[in-house]
Parts: sequence; structure tokens; C-alpha cells
Amino acid sequence: MKVLVPIKRVVDYNVKIRVKSDQSGVDLANVKMSMNPFDEIAVEEAVRLKEAGKATEVVAVSIGVQQATETIRTALAMGADRGILVKTDDVVEPINVAKILKGIAEEEKPDLIILGKQAIDDDCNQTGQMLAALLGWAQGTFASKVEIDGETLNLTREIDGGLQTLKLKMPAIVTADLRLNEPRYASLPNIMKAKKKPIDEKAPGDFGVDIKQHLEVLKVTEPPQREAGIKVESVQELVSKLKEAGVIG
Amino acid sequence: MTTLVIADHNNAELGDATAKTVTAAAKIGGDVHVLVAGKGCDAVAEAAAKLDGVAKVLVADDAQYEHPLAEPLAALAVKLADSYDAIVSPATTVGKNFMPRVAALLDVAQISDIVGVESADTFERPIYAGNAIQTVKSSDSKKVITVRTTAFPAAGDGGSASVEKVDAAENPGLSEFVSEELTKSDRPELTSAKVIISGGRGMQNGENFAMLEKVADKLGAAVGASRAAVDAGFVPNDYQVGQTGKIVAPELYIAVGISGAIQHLAGMKDSKVIVAINKDEEAPIFQVADYGLVADLFQAVPELEEALG
Ligand SMILES: Cc1cc2nc3c(=O)[nH]c(=O)nc-3n(C[C@H](O)[C@H](O)[C@H](O)COP(=O)(O)OP(=O)(O)OC[C@H]3O[C@@H](n4cnc5c(N)ncnc54)[C@H](O)[C@@H]3O)c2cc1C
Ligand SMILES: Nc1ncnc2c1ncn2[C@@H]1O[C@H](COP(=O)(O)O)[C@@H](O)[C@H]1O
Repeated sequence: MKVLVPIKRVVDYNVKIRVKSDQSGVDLANVKMSMNPFDEIAVEEAVRLKEAGKATEVVAVSIGVQQATETIRTALAMGADRGILVKTDDVVEPINVAKILKGIAEEEKPDLIILGKQAIDDDCNQTGQMLAALLGWAQGTFASKVEIDGETLNLTREIDGGLQTLKLKMPAIVTADLRLNEPRYASLPNIMKAKKKPIDEKAPGDFGVDIKQHLEVLKVTEPPQREAGIKVESVQELVSKLKEAGVIG
Repeated sequence: MTTLVIADHNNAELGDATAKTVTAAAKIGGDVHVLVAGKGCDAVAEAAAKLDGVAKVLVADDAQYEHPLAEPLAALAVKLADSYDAIVSPATTVGKNFMPRVAALLDVAQISDIVGVESADTFERPIYAGNAIQTVKSSDSKKVITVRTTAFPAAGDGGSASVEKVDAAENPGLSEFVSEELTKSDRPELTSAKVIISGGRGMQNGENFAMLEKVADKLGAAVGASRAAVDAGFVPNDYQVGQTGKIVAPELYIAVGISGAIQHLAGMKDSKVIVAINKDEEAPIFQVADYGLVADLFQAVPELEEALG
């Protein structure tokens, strides 16, 4: 069984981003970039499937600028076997990412594709579902547990009310939620080994996708800032302030 | 122009996520129709017909919609899509699951989690955990949109729309519901609660959440949590408030033993009044709190419960 894992290079989750003063976007100059945290969980899951003897090969794919190669190297150091970089300097909306990934899936013929549930930069939470639609596959989003049983996938998902368990036909799409696993740190020997693993370079055109923008970003602004309030000295003072503010009876 | 709102419900009750989504849909302009897909969901259809601003309710009553699975729901939405200029759903875990599938099948973008409607094609949405707001203009002829419900008030219930049955779409037969483990609680739901008290890693274990529950009972509040508290197994996953959990905006949010990471703030910083109880006076949560109490929670929370009488 082959597993494909799409990974995105994003601003590190610890960075407090700044909006550019001309409202054209977010300032990404000299900002630390990392693999999208949900994608680390997706890579980890794929590698565990391989270690458990269920998967035979794990392929990491990233669509983006040349530096996304570094993100792919991280996945290789975690245990993925090889990488594919689809190089483009354009902004690629999820629908276009999904179209490119569909092209890759048709070439690679994976049995399972594990994505992150959400990229923490655009917060879209779309790509996996779109890819499932384009391929006509089942989708198991926000997964907290994945079990493969022959041709079916038993999957537990995090939903608003709690947890839901589904049976999906394979091949299938899974998107990883936070509780699926705890991703490993790559060891130094594995980082060294990853340098020798192959990364293919492609372009969106290789998959017949011309990147049509559906959405034009008119501006990016700062949200209203909250002012820090006051410190109260005691629980009594807190309760009387809350009564004054009319938020408790 | 006409907008189709796809209702989020449990076959018995409509819930206010849909009422809020109707408000957003009305802002887009034109008529608003609501689709209720479920099994034995007449009560839900009736409730939807009463929402202000709704012109028509479509009901697809079929066993395949008893549990909202993405593949059949998307197939139904696509089948109905011809008559609509926009398809809109709340950004609940149900909406987030099937709506991108609808968008891809229609070959359009999805505009996720809108918090503002500027015109029929221009919308505001948060990015980077709400640290920036993007205004996007869509060139797609059909808009597929999910709505962040905290940004819109619920539509009132003075309406009287007509209710019409529609046929189910062919089930793609890709997925099957097995079981559900829903958190049971007599407290209000997190996303609609007026008061929320949330605990973080500082709570140390699940048993200690009983302290927060006692306060919650006195305030009629819901109980929430940080990711750290959920990951540590103190409380179930559906308690998580934040960028990748639930987005809430109650009248009063009380954060107990929560440091205030960007990802947590993303889920609660639009609350009207924020209280933080934390023993570390440098904790970032105090930068957004209206009232901060630097104290050991194990002392402060029981005191609070007592003070509330
Ligand atoms: C991709 C991604 C998504 C994420 N999504 C979310 C999300 O949706 N929601 C979310 O919450 N987090 C999310 N996080 C995690 C987030 O970054 C933080 O790690 C998390 O919010 C920290 O939880 P915490 O404040 O409970 O724990 P900590 O940061 O460990 O803070 C615990 C606090 O408790 C205080 N404390 C300890 N003991 C006491 C005591 N006795 N009395 C009073 N105070 C005490 C401490 O001073 C400290 O400030 C996400 C992270 C990533 C990478
Ligand atoms: N440019 C990209 N390259 C590779 N994978 C991506 C890219 N964009 C999104 N993804 C995948 O899709 C998931 C969801 O992203 P999004 O829909 O943008 O929130 C991510 O967690 C990745 O697994």
C-alpha cells in the first residue's frame, strides 16, 4: 500500500505575524517557516503505517516555492521514502492545490492520502475534502484514529459533539486532527539519511493545471485589538467588577 | 439571486448555528432558502420555516441523511445547485466536512469562515489564527461559503416559509456511519453559551475540572478547555476552544490556568468580557483580559464559587 502525504510550508506556529501597513498582506520577510503542524501529524501517521507493515511506501508532496524542499526534507527525515516538489511562486488556492494533487494521485496511484486538516496560515480547512471530491473517493476528515482493515478504513473523527466512527471504502482521503498522534522529532542519523532520499521536481503544468485564481485579495487588515484591562486584587473584587459590568447576576 | 443555506441539525432540533447563518445569507442579498437533509426531521424543517428572512424550506428526508456524511450531503447540494447563486453553511464540523466537497464538484473556490459580507461577491475572513482579516472578492459564478457563526446574530423566529419535499440524490456509497460517542451535558453548548469557564494545563487533571463545573452551574455556563487540557486527557476533544477547536464569543469568558497562546486566543478573543485567573502575572492571557486575577487557581476557584452564593 502506498501512502501520499501532502505537506505545506507555512509560517511557524510560534510566530506572531504582522500585517503590512499598505494592507497588501502579511509580512513574511525573515519569518521562521516550518511544516504545517497538522502535516507533521499526517507524516507521522503514514510513517507509523509503514513501520506497522501496512504501508510499503510513503511519498511526501509539497506545492510551493523552492524552499518547500526543506519541508520535504523534514518529512523524509521523519521517515518518508521520497518527495515531490511542485514548484511555483504563485499563490495556490486550495482548489488548485487539490487539482495538482489529483494529477499526482493519478500518476502515483496511492491507496491512501493523508493531509493535515487545516493549514495554519490560510485556515481554509478545504484541500483534503476537495481532493476527495475530485478523485471520487471517500473522505475521513479530522481523524483521531485510523485503522486499516483490508479494503476498508475504520476511522474515528473529532466532531462538535464528541467523536464519530465511520467505515470508508479504500482508496480514501484522511485529514489529520491534533489527537491522531504525537509526531516524532527526526534523529540526527535520519536527517543525514534524508539528504540522500530522492526529491522529484515538477511544475503545475505537468499535471495540466493552469492556476486560475478564483479569489482576489482586496486587502488584509488587522483585527480590532483588545486592550489589556485591569488586575483585580481578590476574588471579591472580581465578583463586584463583573456585577458592575452586568455580566453576572 | 437566491442563496441556499444548508442546515446543521440533529433531526430533532435546528440549533442556532443555522439561524446565524441565515443572517449572513440574508446579507448576501436576494432570497434565502434552507435545505434540511435528515431522517425524520419534520420538526427541524418547521423550525427553519419560522426563521426570519427564509422564503422556502426544502426537506430531503431519507435514511442516507440520518447522519450527516460528507459524500451523500455533497451529492445532494450539487444536485440542487443549479437553482442557486450561493450555497452557504455554518462552519461547524459538519459544514467544514462536506462544503469543500461541494465547491470542488462545482469547480469553484470555497470561502471559509466568513465574518463579514461586504457585497454579493466580497467577504471578510480571518487568517493566521485571526491575527489578520482578509477581504476577498470571488470571481466564481456560484459562491460556496461557510460562516463563522459568532460573527452574526441569530435570525428571529417570526417567519412563515413554505416547506417543500425534495428527492434524495443518489448515494455515492463510499462511507458508512458506525457509531457516535457524544459528550453528555446538561450545560449549555459551548458555541451558544452566554458564559464560559475554561480550564487549561494548570488544572492538573480531569477531576479538578469539577471545580469549574461547580462555578459553571452557578453561572449557567458552559465548560471549555485549552488544547493542552484536551491532549492531556482531562476533558473530551469537543471542549477545545481555539484556532482549530471551537470559536466562541460569549458575554463572559473565564480562563483558568490557561497561558493564552495565539491558538487559544483565536477561539475566544471576541468574547465581550474576559477574565483570567493565572498564577503567573506574565502570562499572555492577561494582555487580552478585562479583569486579571494573579492567584493560585486552587484557591481562587473555590472562593469564586462561594462568592457567587
Ligand atoms: C496546530 C496547532 C493548533 C492548536 N490549536 C489550539 C486550539 O485550538 N486551542 C488551544 O487552546 N490551543 C491550541 N494549540 C496549542 C497552543 O499553542 C498552546 O500549547 C495551548 O493553548 C496551551 O494550553 P494551556 O494554556 O492550557 O497550557 P500552558 O501554556 O502550559 O499554560 C498553563 C498555564 O497555567 C498556569 N497555571 C499552572 N498552575 C496554576 C495554578 N495552580 N494556578 C493558576 N495558574 C496556574 C500557568 O501559569 C500557565 O500560564 C495549538 C497548537 C498548534 C501547534
Ligand atoms: N501548497 C500545498 N502543498 C502541499 N499540501 C498542501 C498545500 N496546501 C494545502 N496542503 C494540504 O492540505 C491541508 C489543508 O490545507 P488548507 O485546506 O489550505 O487548510 C494541509 O494540511 C496540507 O496537508
